[in-house]
Amino acid sequence: MATATLPETELPTLTNEEISRYSRHLILPEVGMEGQQRLKAAKVLCVGTGGLGAPLALYLAAAGVGTLGLVDFDTVDASNLQRQIIHSTATVGKLKVDSAEIMLKGLNPHMKVVKHNTMLTSANALEILKGYDIVADGTDNFQTRYLVNDACVLLGIPNAYGSIYRFEGQASVFATEDGPCYRCLYPEPPPPGLVPSCAEGGVLGILPGLLGMIQATEVIKHILGIGDSLAGRLLLVDALAMSFRTLKLRKNPDCPVCGTHPTVTALIDYDQFCGIERPKSVGPLEVAQNKAVADSPVVDGIPQIGVQELKRRLDAKEDFYLLDVREPHEAKIVHIGAPLIPVGELARRVGELVAQKDRKIVVHCKSGGRSQKAALILKNAGFTDVENLSGGILAWADKIDPTLPKY
Amino acid sequence: MKIHIPTPLRAYTGGEQTVGVPGATVGQALQELTTAFPELRQHLYTGEGKLRSFVNIYLNDDDIRYLPQKESTPVGESDELTVIPSIAGGCEDGAADALHAICNYFCPKGAKL
Repeated sequence: MATATLPETELPTLTNEEISRYSRHLILPEVGMEGQQRLKAAKVLCVGTGGLGAPLALYLAAAGVGTLGLVDFDTVDASNLQRQIIHSTATVGKLKVDSAEIMLKGLNPHMKVVKHNTMLTSANALEILKGYDIVADGTDNFQTRYLVNDACVLLGIPNAYGSIYRFEGQASVFATEDGPCYRCLYPEPPPPGLVPSCAEGGVLGILPGLLGMIQATEVIKHILGIGDSLAGRLLLVDALAMSFRTLKLRKNPDCPVCGTHPTVTALIDYDQFCGIERPKSVGPLEVAQNKAVADSPVVDGIPQIGVQELKRRLDAKEDFYLLDVREPHEAKIVHIGAPLIPVGELARRVGELVAQKDRKIVVHCKSGGRSQKAALILKNAGFTDVENLSGGILAWADKIDPTLPKY
Repeated sequence: MKIHIPTPLRAYTGGEQTVGVPGATVGQALQELTTAFPELRQHLYTGEGKLRSFVNIYLNDDDIRYLPQKESTPVGESDELTVIPSIAGGCEDGAADALHAICNYFCPKGAKL
């Protein structure tokens, strides 16, 4: 039973220590003793302890939510710390769920932390989500977004949703009893090629904080049963303009999962639904992806070369043209001296490379994904000998020149 | 009328956040927009000229899919259109980049939704 509807007599009592801790809530009539007891009885699941999940989980812990579940399979990396404030310099390299638990328990030892050190999948999602009062989706990819949505609809658990891109964010509450779900807003995911990526795009560190806190606010309101929920509305946040707008969302009667005649009645294969192949191994996706590339010497007709081979050719002064297809601001962070044409401009600027048309060209980017795309563009434009540097400049910094910074 | 362009699509409008276009209906305004910025077309429309299912167009505060006249809804100078794209980020490092890259290897070429 959702805590907002539990009879007052069944709520857990507060100790004197807890009464002191939560006094600023207790003197707020909208929370009060009963509200604080409802928070203590509540079970909230945070899917992801990254940019959105970090501030979200911290504030829920501070507010006195009794049980907080955390789902994450990743480990803490130094580049997370620009925004994932639940982790710290001291926990770099640790599992994110362990790192988060240290911070949460330090903030509030009264709470219970349930760690799910796993990737959420169709096979385990219902089992993990079952029993929670509300879910906060702080994931970073479309497959998991649809998976969390469908699991929430099937189990009847509301989903406090937030997502971000560069300086913009979106938030809502999906899968409430009468409200729309994520699929009512976005029936299908975009094809992968059209999605600008986060790592290319970057993100302003405070933005996930802002959105994660909006999710936390909706979670708390739901538990307390107060205020107007974001269910049925989409909040658009633009941090640069500092503008907040809400748009009306409607429940789609033809929605395949929450409509009147649902066709999705069990969890499906979300990787297939989103048109992507998920790496089999559990670990940072980027690592898995690089390994996958290194394992195949030719991908889509583009030979993949390693950084050692590039080094050998440079040392041997072999004739080839090295092209960097990252963005100019990335080249300012670190470069290996190659001329730069960002992948997005390559089709338009291919004429600049006409003198290299029959020369060997090696394309590189940060980690090998964009340069593969660029190599295909060149090949399709009639370039005869194009290769992709597997692992990109990150692999170069790892294996050839450790003095270079990694970003 | 004004059309608000979200961050992920500003790469195709030369960085413009808001574009002013003429047009008597929602459809005409979008037509003007994609004529001015041809690269936007494939992000908003399918090859058959239908609005893509993962792009939402709002006329002021309403989803045009739920307006009785949909894309033929008349618009005036003071109306505003907003393009709402799907964004997935919670922003883990590299994960989205890796997925993006993986997709480029494995997706069927020319796959359209």
